[in-house]
Amino acid sequence: MFRLKKRATPAPDGLLLHGRQLTLRRGQRVLLRDVDVDLAEREVLTLVGPNGAGKSTLLRTLIGLEGYHQGLLLTRPGLRVGYVPQQFAVDRNLPLTVDRLLSLAGGRDSFARRQAVEDAGVGHLLRQAVQDLSGGELRRVLLARALSRKPHVLALDEPAAGLDHNSQTSLYSLIQHLRDRYGFGVLVISHDLHLVMAASDQVVCLGHGRVCCRGEPASVQEHPEYRALFGELGPATAVFPHAHSHAPVLTPVKPRSNVHNG
Amino acid sequence: MAPDGLLWRYLGTFRLTWGCSWFLLGIDLNIGVISVCALLAVILIMLRARQRLADDTLLGILAHSSLSLGLVALAFMETVRVDLMSYLFGDILAVTDQDLIWIFVGGAGIVTGLLLLWRPLLMVTIHEDVARADGVRVNLILIAFMLLMAAVIAIAMKIVGILLVTSLLIIPAATARTFARTPEQMAMFAAGIGCLAVAIGMSGSFAWDLPSGPSIVVGAVFLFVLTSIGSAVFLAMQRSAARR
Repeated sequence: MFRLKKRATPAPDGLLLHGRQLTLRRGQRVLLRDVDVDLAEREVLTLVGPNGAGKSTLLRTLIGLEGYHQGLLLTRPGLRVGYVPQQFAVDRNLPLTVDRLLSLAGGRDSFARRQAVEDAGVGHLLRQAVQDLSGGELRRVLLARALSRKPHVLALDEPAAGLDHNSQTSLYSLIQHLRDRYGFGVLVISHDLHLVMAASDQVVCLGHGRVCCRGEPASVQEHPEYRALFGELGPATAVFPHAHSHAPVLTPVKPRSNVHNG
Repeated sequence: MAPDGLLWRYLGTFRLTWGCSWFLLGIDLNIGVISVCALLAVILIMLRARQRLADDTLLGILAHSSLSLGLVALAFMETVRVDLMSYLFGDILAVTDQDLIWIFVGGAGIVTGLLLLWRPLLMVTIHEDVARADGVRVNLILIAFMLLMAAVIAIAMKIVGILLVTSLLIIPAATARTFARTPEQMAMFAAGIGCLAVAIGMSGSFAWDLPSGPSIVVGAVFLFVLTSIGSAVFLAMQRSAARR
């Protein structure tokens, strides 16, 4: 196996992350091929694409959870990442309240934690066991956890998966609102383009590990490659805007190989 | 981590070393055992990183293959006479004063190590990737924890024996889960319950001339069953009180 690269050099001015021609293989499969990504300050970058397109892998690579075989990844020195994974199941054997989970998150800045709790609207959940939270509640708690670290980059892996339509809408407007307040850059993965489009500055559309199109939301939506990818899938171009809320919850397979040697 | 993987990682450590060292238990703390355990720990982490197999499966394979390899190796060493039963089931009564010193010193060292590791370890236990994104050096923490674990097992082996070490790592922690509201409470309770289990086992062993290792484990199981029934009854009473 190739020796995986770790990032070291700082990113260019104004950029939080700067990836060029990122390539990652697992066995015979190419998970990412020649992917270029830039994330600027206060920018919301949305990764879209069908299941297995490499969205999660790219997100994880960009925040250093996965290595990469070729290419270049630069990050701002001292970059703090607030990561909200798609799956977060805490073992029932572990007695853990929301409050305790949050207290483990970052520094000893209790003001930042209180602020994060308020911003994510989870104040009423603090004494609950993490295992008893609903999907939407858990997502908000994880968001609060990430916020309390005062991140430079907020990385959200399908934050809307499993939520109903109203919760999705409010979640995205919350994210946008928080971006304005905290001033972080946001990396977010989504299946649902209608919701995301309004909230994103830049959309990168992945198919089979490659970038198939990119740009501002409106231009991407018109792109033939994008239409080819999503036309058959439906959610974005569905005639009935709410049809997708009855679709089965999509759960992309979590990458298994842990190539990061921390 | 799977449930018992978690408990392995989770508080067995505290209870066994600290708890039991109060109770006159001793160990032929030998460097060989520790280094083999440490080696296995590193192998486990390396295999884990490749993630072809579940943690439990890896643990099972390593634990049983190393036990069997050890027994096979012993069979080849014709000059060495080993009381196999005491390795498998432990012999608490054969503990010497020197063993006691090892237990106290080792136990104190392990508890110190655990306290230092506690916070990152908890983060890793909750979610590895999130911990990594938070800047925790996950593999380093896991290796350090495994080394602590190796030391615990080396100490505990002589007391309850190889076959029963696992049960003492898991059962008191599972018992403590009923009462604990925080991870720290669970650790403390597990330590106390471990001590109690040893006391029960030793009294049984003394009164009816039972083998000490299994008696201790039976004591632990007894406490587990007792608290399970107790909490079920308590919940049922609460529910019927609420209905009235």
